[in-house]
Amino acid sequence: MAASHLQCKECKTSYELEALYVCDRCFGPLEVVYDHDGLAHDVAELRRRIQGGPQNIWRYADFLPLAGGPPGPSGRLASRVGLPAGCTPLIRADRLAKRLGLREVWVKNDAANPTHSFKDRVVSVATTRARELGYETIACASTGNLANSVAAHGAALGLESYVFIPADLEEQKVLATGIYGTRLVGVRGSYDDVNRLCTELCAEREWAFVNINLRPYYAEGSKTLAFEIAEQLGWELPDRCVVPVASGSLFTKIARGFEEWTELGLLSGGQPRMNGAQAEGCSPVASAFAEGHDVCRPVRPDTIAKSLAIGNPADGPYALELARTSGGAVDAVSDEEIRAGIALLAQTTGIFTETAGGVTTAVLAKLAERGDIDPDERVVLVITGEGLKTLDAVRGTFETHTIEPTLESFEHGVRQQILL
Amino acid sequence: MSVLVKIPAQLRAAAGGESQAEVEGGTVQEVLDGLFDRFDELRTRLADDDGSLRRFVNVYVAGEDIRFLDGLQTPVDDGSEVTILPAVAGG
Repeated sequence: MAASHLQCKECKTSYELEALYVCDRCFGPLEVVYDHDGLAHDVAELRRRIQGGPQNIWRYADFLPLAGGPPGPSGRLASRVGLPAGCTPLIRADRLAKRLGLREVWVKNDAANPTHSFKDRVVSVATTRARELGYETIACASTGNLANSVAAHGAALGLESYVFIPADLEEQKVLATGIYGTRLVGVRGSYDDVNRLCTELCAEREWAFVNINLRPYYAEGSKTLAFEIAEQLGWELPDRCVVPVASGSLFTKIARGFEEWTELGLLSGGQPRMNGAQAEGCSPVASAFAEGHDVCRPVRPDTIAKSLAIGNPADGPYALELARTSGGAVDAVSDEEIRAGIALLAQTTGIFTETAGGVTTAVLAKLAERGDIDPDERVVLVITGEGLKTLDAVRGTFETHTIEPTLESFEHGVRQQILL
Repeated sequence: MSVLVKIPAQLRAAAGGESQAEVEGGTVQEVLDGLFDRFDELRTRLADDDGSLRRFVNVYVAGEDIRFLDGLQTPVDDGSEVTILPAVAGG
């Protein structure tokens, strides 16, 4: 495997590639380190190797922390095992760009994954690693999308699963989790309460909590979003990415993916500016960015964007550092702007996103309005989830014209209403 | 006042294998000092040179993050529980 060891991001202590996530010495987060010396130094050959891979994230197995390579009897069959994620559309959104006064905007639509969010990428990697390490039960603390994905992957791979969610989660996300036959636990409290409980539970059970003891592997899955964007742009880097921020893991790992491929010579040029997007009702990273702090003060979330409602973001300090060093920013938008963002994306691209995507689209609109984006920039908007999961957010935002099944009723009931 | 401190798995080896400890103290700071006096190695694991908690350490009193309370000066009642956990989970 290309991964050589785990290393503390803070004090650089090394650890074996086991189910570990925190440094014993300083409590810093552990991260996977790779040795890519074995990869072809011929860039053209390396690109051919990637392009010859399956139409899912396992085409990037060389850059993921798996001992056995892609799951399945052979790499060739990796498209038929479990719930392969990735290879989602990257769409050129000219009508959205025009509306915002920009020239080149692309939408990476990660709602087009098996359980309709980017979480299938991270869960695929974490569950595959969990099986390699001999675990038979997977688990997670979730704001919803991860719950869907862990429950579905458990079902697909025949693993037992436990899913912990805040008890007041959107009904669509609860239903789309329980149906897979997982053990679903609703916790009376916020996501941060759920996360604390699961961190305690993780020490008491022999389970693979994908976003706790398997977190270093899980986080690596987000790099595949960067790999796909670059490959779909014809092996080129975008100038800017707008990405939602909850824990900050996705945001930082997308940047890491671009860097890793640049170091290997697969990409060239300056790294993209990274813009993080949060909801005002849960904006610990955006607030710290605005105030010039390098750590985040936790908050109690109160927003319709429940999938981003993490008040105590684990990767907050790294997200802040990335936003600053890349020349980007972290911004927050109101619930009203989130609803407008969902409608803007739907009406200019045909993509219906959940509240997190409304946050991201609204932040793009804010950056454009503020004049932060040069008209010549190539911007990628990362849409992480599906609108059908957060229907309450759009209820009552438009009118249905109800008529009798007669021409007269249509002429009088609809056309007149529309003309009004 | 006696408080029960719950020690995370990552620190148990440095705490004589214990998963919890009874410590005296009226504030979180006093409780942590009491814990460090008993298990000296925990001091360098959890605190920076200036004595403040490292940035990836979360401390809870009765399940509440002390950053929502009075931080290290948060008072603790007799018999209450102080939980130390890594902050790098979730998301």
